Amino acid sequence: MLRLIDNSTLQTVALGTGALGIVSGALGSFAVLRRQSLLGDALSHAALPGIAIAFLLFGKAPLLFLVGAALAGWLATLLVMQIIRFSRIPFDTALGGSLAVFFGFGLVLMTYIRRNNIRGASEVGLERYLYGQAATMLSADLYAIAILGGFCVFMLLLFWKEMKLLSFDPAFAASIGYPIRRLDMLLTALLVVAIVIGLQSVGVVLMSALIVAPAAAARQWTHRLGVMVALAAGFGAVSGIAGTVVSDQLSAPGRVVPTGPTIVLVAVGLVVVSFMNRLLRSRPSANASLEQGPA
Amino acid sequence: MIPDQIEIVLMMALTAVACSLLGVFLVLKRMALLSDAIGHVLLLGIVVAFLITGSLRSFSLVLGAALSGLALTAVVELLSRSRLVKEDAAIGLAFPALFALGILLASLYCRNTHLDIDRVFFGIPELAPLQRLDIGVYDMGMLSRWVMTGMVLINGLFVVLFFKELKITTFDAPLAATLGFMPLLLHYVLLGLVSLTAVTAFEAVGPVLVVAYMIVPPATAYLLTDRLGRMLWLSALIGAIGATIGTLIAQELDINMAGSVATMLGLMFAATFIAAPERGLVVQVVRRMRQRQDFFGLMVLIHLLQHEGTAEEANESREAGLHEHLGWRPGDVRAIVHRVERRDWVVVNDGLLKLTDAGRNRARQALEGTRAYTEASAPSPGITHA
Repeated sequence: MLRLIDNSTLQTVALGTGALGIVSGALGSFAVLRRQSLLGDALSHAALPGIAIAFLLFGKAPLLFLVGAALAGWLATLLVMQIIRFSRIPFDTALGGSLAVFFGFGLVLMTYIRRNNIRGASEVGLERYLYGQAATMLSADLYAIAILGGFCVFMLLLFWKEMKLLSFDPAFAASIGYPIRRLDMLLTALLVVAIVIGLQSVGVVLMSALIVAPAAAARQWTHRLGVMVALAAGFGAVSGIAGTVVSDQLSAPGRVVPTGPTIVLVAVGLVVVSFMNRLLRSRPSANASLEQGPA
Repeated sequence: MIPDQIEIVLMMALTAVACSLLGVFLVLKRMALLSDAIGHVLLLGIVVAFLITGSLRSFSLVLGAALSGLALTAVVELLSRSRLVKEDAAIGLAFPALFALGILLASLYCRNTHLDIDRVFFGIPELAPLQRLDIGVYDMGMLSRWVMTGMVLINGLFVVLFFKELKITTFDAPLAATLGFMPLLLHYVLLGLVSLTAVTAFEAVGPVLVVAYMIVPPATAYLLTDRLGRMLWLSALIGAIGATIGTLIAQELDINMAGSVATMLGLMFAATFIAAPERGLVVQVVRRMRQRQDFFGLMVLIHLLQHEGTAEEANESREAGLHEHLGWRPGDVRAIVHRVERRDWVVVNDGLLKLTDAGRNRARQALEGTRAYTEASAPSPGITHA
């Protein structure tokens, strides 16, 4: 903990992962309520080839990596939707299949870039996007997270009423004239941004957990959306900061402990505590009200 | 003595066949994401077993990892049954959590051993030839190749011997239960084999891409056939072809093999999705266009029938004004009129459309059809007629 106070690099990293936790917790609440947790999984795995292609085209430009990742993730979800629409392939197969194929293609591009050392790839360290290496975060990355994440949270607050209605009763929202298709796209786009800004520090494989875990934990404490989102943001922040500090503590010369898994495990720890609390205090009457969760 | 490169291709193809045989049932039973889950949790199982036994080549390790796969599916089921979270969130939580634990343990304790993170992520089939199967003094070739051959045999036997049971539990579990087939037992045997296959394939595939080997070939075969037996051998064939081509390309370009195979399987799926004979995208689009044109043609016929012999016929049945009467864009009329004309349903005489006998019959038949349909679906025809 002392190092958090002295060490400005660590401060930057902890601030960044903390901010990341806030954004992913807040947006993750909506993903969990709308039963789109696995969409986050697909989006983050599918981002890998986007990063690799952005690197092949433009070289080292982290901001363009984000754009590439977002485009690839968006393309993957689009493909999943079209596969379900035009064939009898079930949703889970379409999702799992495109996730794996995109990820596999990403691995192909990454190894190709590395073996041929294109654009000095060995120094850029694309590998960190796999399982996250927050220690490499610079203040520029911090600003990117703050600006993009702040924008996401701002949009969420701006469209709060609409998002709430969309998550709990989309049919009613449509009947009173809300453009639910566009709102749905907006919410998915915000989710994509939240995932993409986390790729560098948490990695493509584990980013989906940071979307789901804080929200799932927060859901156990409250039935109110506002409280849930705020709690999830708080849990996310705690996971980010604590995970960063712990992984820094565990790392020693010659042994780098990746940040992503540590953050995810802290978040999962919060989930376990929340579950236990819920199970211990739950009474039959409480159980009855739980079961009518949002549709 | 077979050269290493060819032996690797053989191993990858065998892996794909072993995986896709079981994958057929995962796809049909909507359990595709479980193979994803199992792939992820194996890492933890392997790391823990490695920490306990200190070796990567022991039977207990394979068994431990396979058991951990089964345990995970039980955890997911429990979690979603407890109603604390919905099933998607349960899956979305459990996999990354166990995977994260696996990576963390690997990076803490297994540095500079056989089990480093790259290997864990990518699967490194390039190293497989180093492990040989020796019988006496004879070198029988790559160990993994024999392991995967065994896996293909086991899965193949399972699928063939229990074909009837698998078929009935997949398509009608309640019926299977009433007939005494024990669907739950078969379910767990299937999951156990999936875990076992994933463990043995770990070297060739790595944990994240197992799902591609398991479900992309069956998904492709699913677009091509309605018969379970055909779907099984088609997916095995597709898996083998994709793995062979993918591995050869990877060897040529020196890139990650498992990823290359996954990409190739994805491309094969995409090609089938677009061009499959009965369910392909192209066929669907063409069929939809044809139905649209047939429907518009029918509209023209019925329109003509309604005005046949009336005072407005000269005005209503004129090709030039047809788009206004039917609410179409003017440009669309020509093609549709041409279509009904070619079928001899209509003759065009100086811009005026006349029904032929065949056309009149077709229009009447269509009207009869709609009338029969509305009457059949009306709640109580007696009252409407009264």
